[in-house]
Amino acid sequence: MARSDVLVSADWAEQNLNAPKTVFIEVDEDTTAYDGGHIPGAIKLDWRKDLQDGVRRDFLNQEQFSELLSAKGVANDDTVVLYGGNNNWFAAYAYWYFKLYGHQDIKLIDGGRKKWELDGRELSKEPVTRPATEYKAATPDTSIRAFRDDVIAAIGKANLVDVRSPDEYSGKILAPAHLPQEQAQQRGHVPGAINIPWSTTANEDGTFKSDEDLAKLYADKGFDDSKETIAYCRIGERSSHTWFVLQEILGKKNVKNYDGSWVEYGSLVGAPIELGA
Amino acid sequence: MCGAPVQSQSLPAGVDVEKETVITGRVLDADGQPVGGAFVRLLDGTDEFTAEVVASATGDFRFFAAPGTWKVRALSSVGNGDSTISPTAAGVHNVDVTVAK
Repeated sequence: MARSDVLVSADWAEQNLNAPKTVFIEVDEDTTAYDGGHIPGAIKLDWRKDLQDGVRRDFLNQEQFSELLSAKGVANDDTVVLYGGNNNWFAAYAYWYFKLYGHQDIKLIDGGRKKWELDGRELSKEPVTRPATEYKAATPDTSIRAFRDDVIAAIGKANLVDVRSPDEYSGKILAPAHLPQEQAQQRGHVPGAINIPWSTTANEDGTFKSDEDLAKLYADKGFDDSKETIAYCRIGERSSHTWFVLQEILGKKNVKNYDGSWVEYGSLVGAPIELGA
Repeated sequence: MCGAPVQSQSLPAGVDVEKETVITGRVLDADGQPVGGAFVRLLDGTDEFTAEVVASATGDFRFFAAPGTWKVRALSSVGNGDSTISPTAAGVHNVDVTVAK
């Protein structure tokens, strides 16, 4: 994979809004942004309501994902172009998720919703519906998904990349600063994890930094290319953004996203934790 | 949840301002009029990104931080700007940000 295969510019998106076999999807946790105006023709996926299991803490299984995309009118051979708010966190999560279920052609709009809005590009309130399809998700590719035991086994062996902010990593705060801080988890990080915040991979308009800057960023922080890698954050969406940078833009091998992330790890009885910067 | 709650002047129910260091304010243009929908970023004392919210239609934003020095930076289609605030204790701390081209 290279940047040009997986990332498209807002200009490209604007020129391809009506391209055949191309589906634009806005992915957000809070879909009021979509409802207030979206890229013309884009459908929405609600991170919680559409993409998470309603009962267990997990995402949809293969059958449920097939049903979801069939109902939304996405076909297996469509080019899926994802974007969203929060600097594409949830869109990157959806990208990883589509990839896990074997979707072939997926792209992310560089800068997501933020860049689109800052550029003053058109937003539409027109409802969008697509005829149903018969989507068939593949068996989940767990080579890109880490579970809690993988993380504990990786301590001292793999690159553990904690992509949260420095204050969440050190234990000063427990959640991103737009959220209340009273939470059930312990504070801190997985021992030996290197703190490479997701935000250091992006410009302030939400676009990704250049390949050269990204390669230097990881090298300077002690990322070891010869090792396997697990990225984590708090609930797995910021680490999807970093998974995208590492595997899809920089082409690194054996990178997994730990979507259980700190909400799970920080609640495990007896799991080793390190505090401080 | 990881996205931001609705941005407004009233705090969400259940927030304890004796424990939370709340940084709140409005995004304004050069004439002092509120700018809705700006992207508001909270940067720590080393200018490292900490959080980002989208201001409400009335320009309001809110962060849950900690005592220390913070920079609040706003990006909008009508321009950018920033302000610094240094809360020393929990409570509600107000700071407005003026944006201009």
